[in-house]
Amino acid sequence: MDNLLPIFVLLPVLAFLLSLFIPGKEEGALSKIAFTMAGLHLLLTMVFIGFWLGNGAPTLNIKEIVLFQNGDYEFFIDLYFDAVTAVYLFVGAALCFLVTLYSRYYLHREEGYKRFFNTILFFYSGYVLTVIAGNLETLFIGWEILGITSFLLIAFYRDRYLPVKNAVKVFSVYRIGDIGIILTMWMCHHLFHENITFLKLSNHDVVSEHLQSHSFVGVFIAVMILIAASVKSAQLPFSSWLPRAMEGPTPSSAIFYGSLSVHIGVLLLLRTYPIWEYQYSVRIAFGLLGLVTALIASVIARVQSSIKTQIAYASIAQIGLIFIEVSFGFTLLALYHFAGNAFLRTYQLLISPSVVTYKIREQFYHFKPRTKTIEDSWPKRIEYTLYTLSLKEWNLDSMMYKYYWNPFKFIGNKLNFLNAKNALLFFIPSYLLAFSLSFFQNEIPTYVHHYLAEIFAFIGLLLVLKAFTERKNALLSWILVLMNHLWVALAISFNEKFDLHEYLFYLGGIVVTGGVGLWVLLRSEKLEGSIGLNQFHGHAKKHPILALTMLIACLGVSGFPITPSFIGEDIIFSHIKENQIVLAVMASFSFIIDGIALIRIYARVFLGPHTKSFENMPYRSS
Amino acid sequence: MTNQENTSFDERKVLEKLAHYLPAQAPLKDFIHHNTLHAFQHQDFFEACKNAYNSLGYKTSLSIFEYRTLYKKGKIKPNILKHILSQLNDEKGDDYWMHILVNSTPELPHKPRLGNVRNNWKKHFKIDLDSLVFPILFRLICSYLDQGISVWNFPVHKQGFIASIRELERNSLVSIFKSERARQLLFDNNCTITDLLSILIGKESIFEHYLFDQQFSHQGWSGMVAQIESNPQTLLDKKDISLRDLIFLELLMEIDVLDDHFGEIWAPLGSKINDTIIGLFEYQAPTELDNALQIWQQAFEWSFYNSVLVGIQQTENLSLGSNTKPQMQSIFCIDDRECSFRRHLEQQNQQVETFGTPGFFNVEFYFQPEHGKFYEKVCPAPIHPKFLIKELEGQGQGKKELHFNKHAHSLFFGWLIAQTLGPWSAFKLLFNLFIPKGSPAAASSFKHMDHTSKLKIEADPIPKTENNLQVGYTVTEMAHRVKGLMRSIGLIANFSNLVYVVGHGSSSVNNPYYAAYDCGACSGRPGSVNARVFCFMANHPQVREILKTDGIHIPETTLFIGVLHDTASDEMVFYDEESAIEHHSNQHTQNKIHFQNALSLNAKERSRRLASTSTEGNANQVHERMKKRVVSLFEPRPELNHATNALCVIGRRALTSSLFLDRRAFLNSYNYKIDPNGDVLLTIIRPAAPVCGGINLEYYFSRVDNHKLGAGTKLPQNVMGLFGLANGSDGDLRPGLPSQMIEMHDPLRLLMIVEHFPNVVLDVIQREPATYEWFQHNWINLVAIDPQTKQLYLFKKEKFVPYMPIDEKIKEASGLEGLFVSSDDNLDVMKLKMEVQHG
Repeated sequence: MDNLLPIFVLLPVLAFLLSLFIPGKEEGALSKIAFTMAGLHLLLTMVFIGFWLGNGAPTLNIKEIVLFQNGDYEFFIDLYFDAVTAVYLFVGAALCFLVTLYSRYYLHREEGYKRFFNTILFFYSGYVLTVIAGNLETLFIGWEILGITSFLLIAFYRDRYLPVKNAVKVFSVYRIGDIGIILTMWMCHHLFHENITFLKLSNHDVVSEHLQSHSFVGVFIAVMILIAASVKSAQLPFSSWLPRAMEGPTPSSAIFYGSLSVHIGVLLLLRTYPIWEYQYSVRIAFGLLGLVTALIASVIARVQSSIKTQIAYASIAQIGLIFIEVSFGFTLLALYHFAGNAFLRTYQLLISPSVVTYKIREQFYHFKPRTKTIEDSWPKRIEYTLYTLSLKEWNLDSMMYKYYWNPFKFIGNKLNFLNAKNALLFFIPSYLLAFSLSFFQNEIPTYVHHYLAEIFAFIGLLLVLKAFTERKNALLSWILVLMNHLWVALAISFNEKFDLHEYLFYLGGIVVTGGVGLWVLLRSEKLEGSIGLNQFHGHAKKHPILALTMLIACLGVSGFPITPSFIGEDIIFSHIKENQIVLAVMASFSFIIDGIALIRIYARVFLGPHTKSFENMPYRSS
Repeated sequence: MTNQENTSFDERKVLEKLAHYLPAQAPLKDFIHHNTLHAFQHQDFFEACKNAYNSLGYKTSLSIFEYRTLYKKGKIKPNILKHILSQLNDEKGDDYWMHILVNSTPELPHKPRLGNVRNNWKKHFKIDLDSLVFPILFRLICSYLDQGISVWNFPVHKQGFIASIRELERNSLVSIFKSERARQLLFDNNCTITDLLSILIGKESIFEHYLFDQQFSHQGWSGMVAQIESNPQTLLDKKDISLRDLIFLELLMEIDVLDDHFGEIWAPLGSKINDTIIGLFEYQAPTELDNALQIWQQAFEWSFYNSVLVGIQQTENLSLGSNTKPQMQSIFCIDDRECSFRRHLEQQNQQVETFGTPGFFNVEFYFQPEHGKFYEKVCPAPIHPKFLIKELEGQGQGKKELHFNKHAHSLFFGWLIAQTLGPWSAFKLLFNLFIPKGSPAAASSFKHMDHTSKLKIEADPIPKTENNLQVGYTVTEMAHRVKGLMRSIGLIANFSNLVYVVGHGSSSVNNPYYAAYDCGACSGRPGSVNARVFCFMANHPQVREILKTDGIHIPETTLFIGVLHDTASDEMVFYDEESAIEHHSNQHTQNKIHFQNALSLNAKERSRRLASTSTEGNANQVHERMKKRVVSLFEPRPELNHATNALCVIGRRALTSSLFLDRRAFLNSYNYKIDPNGDVLLTIIRPAAPVCGGINLEYYFSRVDNHKLGAGTKLPQNVMGLFGLANGSDGDLRPGLPSQMIEMHDPLRLLMIVEHFPNVVLDVIQREPATYEWFQHNWINLVAIDPQTKQLYLFKKEKFVPYMPIDEKIKEASGLEGLFVSSDDNLDVMKLKMEVQHG
């Protein structure tokens, strides 16, 4: 039976690839591929679950392919099927089927009909891979696909300002979650000395044996999981991204933010449950976070005066409750709750335009001037304070600026003295110097090695901060990102024995896609003149192919699973020891900001209102 | 307007001016079409288009590339273009212009002036005020105005918006501001907008420009506030707010953001701006591109107008003034959507006669359904009725839908609902995808008035009043209205036994624009009540007695029957048909069959424009598909509404009944013979110009600039407070029409054709300045057709000049059925094969 598992992944991937080759005008063919795939998938899932239940619902696991092996390090794809997979697959397939069928007509004549179905299919491939993954590495591939497709669907109306701005915003919040997973993988690797599968994790003895001697590691892993899960499921303090993600066509908001994508955090908790099952303080923390989120989000939901943000916060509150259920160990309840919430919110979002007809009619017949609510019985001061606070979303959004983006910007701005010329003049020779040092590694004492590693990683971090805050020169920003990778790789090579093979594995993809990106930027500059980062240019309108190439280049450089660099990233971390928190933090920050800086370059150059146009231009406030 | 000549800032005047320029769109439930550029209507059309771009950045024509494509496709005809050029009298010559029009690479258009002042925050202060102010500002306004989305609504409502904000701020431990100065200014009762501008800008000469920059950076919200200020009853749950309140708060928030960023010491914006800034509305001569676009637009318009005029001239309207009594007569709304339906009905039977008139049928009143808490206005927006019609024995709201229940958003009920209703939602969705069916969430035109209810139409002997409205009409008042309508459409003799009065409405689901689909002459509501009320009046024996004294003899055997036609599903409901069944059973049955056939044929004709409904199969099959479409959740285009409208014909039906006009004409019946000096004509043109012209221009501008003057695509829209729509969560409101409504529309100005002598028409349009403005400044093109010679006269520079149409051959309409299956593009004007005879 487990031999059938790959089909679940292959089917949507195949449909996705197929859809890429259909011309945009063929609306019928595009949508047919999507809903036929989703229908088949649903059927397959139901039949499979039927048999699976008939066989006594065994846990299935299959080690699919080993992608990379070096010594005892092994990176492999692993698939897994249990009750959690079954429910997530069923809900996903059902909703995907309904939503693709719905969108078939709904999206008719929309510019980007093809883009929409491509992205939905890619998204669904990522979703399936995430829920059927048997180890963190496989899950992470799916997780990354969810992140980038989210970005693409939020920025679906790429010629307007707000969708693009919010897409970049959501992507950069997601990036925090990515780091949560990377660090979880890193620690797990050191803890279990392998890329452990969920199957092995469910063996209580294995986990407790390893955790007993490393209680700090256990807490660290739990916190990282919690960060990743709360980012993806919009729990506190990250909640404010969810309402802002509602920029795409309604069906895509419904399937992404109403239902599937937003429940992936819960999935992560369920999958890693054995790791923190016996850490009661952690369980209490999970439950408390869920509780606080549920309370605050439902108060915020109460004051929302627009239909989609209301649904978004109401959904966040329910997911908070699901977190509590998971922390109590009520897995089945959590799964049922997930399914119910997903279906409900999808439906509510899809019929959200009807709210005008319905409520106006209701009001016409049953109007009562200003209905009293429970809050009116509270003391005025408390009532007004809570109202104002909730209207401001408890400052959740401004806090993201204050504690996340602004500090990065602050440091980056301190590096404003760097222009293209002196950056290159300084960093290229110094890199060459450092690089040549690496040939004499044996002569350098070991403790110096570690310092050097940290210094190099720090230089890398500075470079990428500068790339992130660069206001003018897109090329400079791009080159700085590439140099960041070089410095990080160098840092790691000083940290531990890191053979050339691995070095190339990591840098190979980055150098190639980095070169492609460089070419695209030069080409765009030549064709259009201006590609400065101080504004959106919207060149995708005139140069869709360049835009697509650039997107792929950005993905490649940011370590997205399309080049070996994705595995390289994991390898890098496997060479950071578990006690080297500083180095790990610097490397992970590099990766966070890397991604944001890259997507920012892409968005600024290719998305947003098209500036050089005879067509009409949208308002900035739309 | 330039800063040199006008440096003192008059707060009140500037606010009035702003309110005048802002989008004038009412909340969703009261969607009424109007000229989007109403603020420029005192200028010539093309001058206004140019100025609207230069000052506010609105794109007001197709792009030159779009015109070239139309030219290549033959939609702009070469001989017409040549004709337009020959009238240009330009020394550069035709060849020069042809090069500019067809070949040259134009320069990018220069930048509009809007934003020239306020952009300097970004330029000199490196601060993005929009992103720091808008989200919280919009949320405050939306929550305050909210009509029923939020569970916990705005807690204070005290003498206006600012007073409420003050009260909230005074009693809250959390401030909406980040710094202290703005908060103190809020509490200062004497603080004015001018004071705030002095802090923020400093230089008085640019205050006005700044306010325009600021308010037009979110024209949707500002326009909505200005609308609600001037017309508070447009919200069921009334809110007290003014444009001044909005600006005051916004200025405070801007000061707050700057204080927070720079401390309280920063130079006002004016200090960074030199005096050379050009006034927002300062004159600018037209560029060559402006002229080119103007030529293209005229060529585009006349390529269509010319065919219509040739068609009207070439077809013979036979048997004018025949004395036969038709088998049935029907009175329709002038709405362009009834154009094809009337054609199909007439083709059923030569003895069918149809009329067109604004769909409130000359009866103006407020309607109150049984259990309704409010009155609904069902007549053109500018009329303020003094009458109330009440429904008795109606059913009220009808079924409820649990998915809209507010408890679904609360924590614990939400938990229960997710577990119970949640899985059920999947099935509901599945059902709707495969077997679409009506639901309580749908907007159905038939729900407006309960089919089985009674109406209180005749006033008591001593009329009752309710809120200053008289309940029902007296007999004299009824007779006055019936006479008015009969004379206006020229139906004063030869009554058939059955006269159907057909109002119209439209059904849709998941469509926040539903009000825009109903009858425009009924303030965006279905015309069912009006049709029923009118028939009651016309059937009233005492009314008929009075009419006799005016020379209108309605035979005793004649019965008027009210009908509602749903233009989306092509279904009909007949009201109070008992006596028709009693007295003219056979005829009525026969007529209903005609109606039924015409409905299906009409549905089939309409389906050709809608790609997701197949046109294959016989009319009944296509009709069934069209009915399903209307109740399908996933269908963003229940119908195409007024798309492609371009004509308004005021005259006898015989003028157009043998022409195929492809649903592009508003048709108003009118007989010049009974109105020699044009008094009746004035009562037709007075509403027709703003209603038809308003619809036409709203489609026009939404089509040419769907981003700024239209609402963009409706797919990502989010309902704000039940009164407006925005993209996403933090965006501006989007007035205008969504792309799904205008994508099929060719932006042509309305051509109004009036059948009367030119000197009479000229006299009539010049009687009232408000009406005359439409024609004088060319917002509507006007042609008079001499009823006796059929000579055409074009209204140009304030007088009528003879118009010789450019010769072209008007095709015979053969194989229309085939074209309805194969083509989704505009069809040419054609002569209908079956010549129908009419009175």
